[in-house]
Amino acid sequence: MSALEATLRSVRDRGAKSFVPYVTGGYPGVDGELLRSLAASGADAIEVGIPHSDPIMDGGVIQEASRVALQRGTRLGGVLAAIADAAIEIPVAVMTYANIVHHRGYEAFCDDLARSGIDGAIIPDLPVDEAERFVALGAARGIDVVLLAAPGTTAQRYRAIASASHGFVYCVATYGVTGARDQLSVTARDVVTAVRPYTDLPLLVGVGIATPEQARAASAFADGVIVGSALMAPLVAGDPKAAMQLAEAFRSQIV
Amino acid sequence: MSVATRPDEHGRFGAYGGRYAPEVLIPALDELTDAWLELRDDPGFRGELTDLLRDFVGRPTPITHATRLSGELGYDLWLKREDLAHTGAHKINNALGQVLLAKRLGKRRIIAETGAGQHGVATATACALLGLPCVVYMGEEDTHRQAPNVVRMELLGAEVVPVTAGMKTLKEAVNEALRDWAASVGTTHYVIGSVVGPHPFPTLVRDLQRVIGDEARTQYRDRVGTDPEYVVACVGGGSNAIGMFTAFVGVPQVRLFGVEAGGVGSELGRHCSSLTLGQPGILHGALSYLLQDADGQVVETHSISAGLDYPGVGPEHAYLKDESLATYVSATDGDALDGFQLLARTEGIIPALEPAHVIGWLRHRPLPDGARVLVNLSGRGDKDLDTVRAALAGDRP
Ligand SMILES: Cc1ncc(COP(=O)(O)O)c(C=O)c1O
Repeated sequence: MSALEATLRSVRDRGAKSFVPYVTGGYPGVDGELLRSLAASGADAIEVGIPHSDPIMDGGVIQEASRVALQRGTRLGGVLAAIADAAIEIPVAVMTYANIVHHRGYEAFCDDLARSGIDGAIIPDLPVDEAERFVALGAARGIDVVLLAAPGTTAQRYRAIASASHGFVYCVATYGVTGARDQLSVTARDVVTAVRPYTDLPLLVGVGIATPEQARAASAFADGVIVGSALMAPLVAGDPKAAMQLAEAFRSQIV
Repeated sequence: MSVATRPDEHGRFGAYGGRYAPEVLIPALDELTDAWLELRDDPGFRGELTDLLRDFVGRPTPITHATRLSGELGYDLWLKREDLAHTGAHKINNALGQVLLAKRLGKRRIIAETGAGQHGVATATACALLGLPCVVYMGEEDTHRQAPNVVRMELLGAEVVPVTAGMKTLKEAVNEALRDWAASVGTTHYVIGSVVGPHPFPTLVRDLQRVIGDEARTQYRDRVGTDPEYVVACVGGGSNAIGMFTAFVGVPQVRLFGVEAGGVGSELGRHCSSLTLGQPGILHGALSYLLQDADGQVVETHSISAGLDYPGVGPEHAYLKDESLATYVSATDGDALDGFQLLARTEGIIPALEPAHVIGWLRHRPLPDGARVLVNLSGRGDKDLDTVRAALAGDRP
C-alpha cells in the first residue's frame, strides 16, 4: 500500500478526518517553507498543482495562479524538484492535466514522481475510461493514480471509478469547476453515498469548499476534505499569512 | 477503418480522439453519443433537418466554375459555395443540427464558443429560429477583430461573453464554454463549433458537415462528368475540411489537401499549423496534433484569420494525415491577403480570410498544370473587411 493510501486510512482508523490542502506549484510563495508550514498546521497530505496553460476544471483563482506561475517560467521539473527539496514527512500528490503527462510520457512521468518522492497523481481530464494504462504504470512504482467521481453519473460508473482508483477517491462536490461556493452543495453527500458501497478506499470531498464551516459539514459524511481555491485566494491576493491562518481554521473544523 | 466505422466505440480515429474530459461531463457525452447514434439515421429527425437546410439555409449551395481564376492559375477550378449558405459560412450546417438535437434531448439552454464569430452567429441564428436562449463565449481580442459579428449575435438575441484569459482568442473561449458546461450540464447543450472536443463531438460535427462534400461530389459529377483530381479546404479546427473530404476519402483518383494558417513564420507562436508543425497532444478533450512547448504547455498562436487561430485540430485529420489519406500544407497571412484580393477581382467573390488561404496557396501553383480542382469556399468575407483594410494599409495585424 502506498504512503498516501496508508496515511489516509490511518486517519480514518483513528476516527479522524483528513485535511488535504491544494497549492499551485510555482506560484510566488509556494515554496518548501510553505509546504512545511502546511504540514506543521496538521495537513494529512498535500496536493500540489503543476500549472497548465488550459486548466479547464479550474475557476478564476487557480486559473490566475496557474497563469502567473507559468509566466514566471515554472516547469514540470522545477515543481517536482521543489517538492523533493521540501522533504516533508506527509504524502504529496500532484494535480495536473492530461497533456502534461502525455507529453512527458506516462511511464517517464511516473518515474519522475517516484524519483521525487511523490505519492500520487490527480488528473481531472483523465477519466477512468482513458486511465487504465496510467493507473497500472503508477501502481507498479508506488504512485497512486487518484480518480475523480462526479455528481450525476450511473451506479455502474461509480463502481468502475471506485474499483480503478488508488489512494483515495476524489469525490467532486458539485457541478462545475474549482472555486468558492456560497454553500456546500447537496450533491457532495450524494457522490460519497453513491461511491461508498463499491470501495473501502477513503473518500475525500473537494471542489468548491470555501469555508471551514462547509469543510466541517462535509467531514460529517466524507473521510476528508480537499481545499484549494479558498487557500489560494489569499496567496493570490499577496497575503500568505492569511492563507496559513485559514489553513489552521480549516484544520480545526475538519473533524 | 472506413468512414462508416470511424471512429471506434471509444471515439478513436486510430490513436487519436478519445474522451479526455472531466468526469462531470461524461454522462452528458454518453447521452449525446447514444442520442446521435439513434437520430442520425432517424427519418423524422433527418427530414426535419433536411427541410430546414433547404428552406432556411438555402441548401444545396451551388458549385461555381471559377473561369477567370482558372485561366490565371492554369487549373480547372470549381468552388463549393458555402459562402452562400445563410449566415455566410458552413458553420450553420452544424449549429442547426446540434440545436435541433439539443431540443430533442430536452435541453433548455445553448452555449457555444466562437473565434471568427461565424459559429457564434450560426448558433445564435439556430437558437433564434428554434426558440432557445443562447450564450456565446468569445475571446476579447476576437470581439474586436470581428466586431460586426458581435453585433449580429446580439441582434439575434444571444448574450456574448468576452473571455479575457490568455491570448483572448478561440482556445480560451473553448475553455470557458467547457467550464460553463461543467456547471450547467443537466440543462444545457454545448454546441461545439468544429470537429474537435471529446467524443462524440468530432463525429457529430463531421456527420452534420458532410452534406458539403456529399452535395459537391454529386454536383461536380453532374457538371464535369467525373470526380475532381484535387479537393482542397482550409483547416482551423477542421470542420469545413472534414465536411468536404468525407465524400472523397479513399477514392483512388482524388487527392485531398488541407491548408492550415501559416501566419507570419514557422517559429512556435507565429502560426497555427498544428498538423504540419505540431506534435500529438491533448487539448479540449481529444488527442490530436497540437502546438505545444517542451513541457506540453499549449502555446500562443497567430493568424490573420480569427477562425483559424487555434493551436489544435480535429482528431480525424490527425488520422488522415498519419494514414496519408490527406495531405496538409500551410499558407501565410500574406498568401491569404493575396488570395482574398485575387478571388474578389477575378470572380466577383469576396471570400472569408479562412478559405482565402486556399486561394493563396493555389497561387503558388503547387498542383500540376490543368489539374481539376474543387475548393471548399467555406465562407464570405464581410466580417474581414476591417482586418483586410488595415493589413493592406500596411498596418499588419
Ligand atoms: C469561413 C470559415 N472557414 C473556416 C473556418 C475554420 O473552421 P473549420 O476548420 O472548423 O472549418 C471558420 C471558423 O470560424 C470560418 O468562419
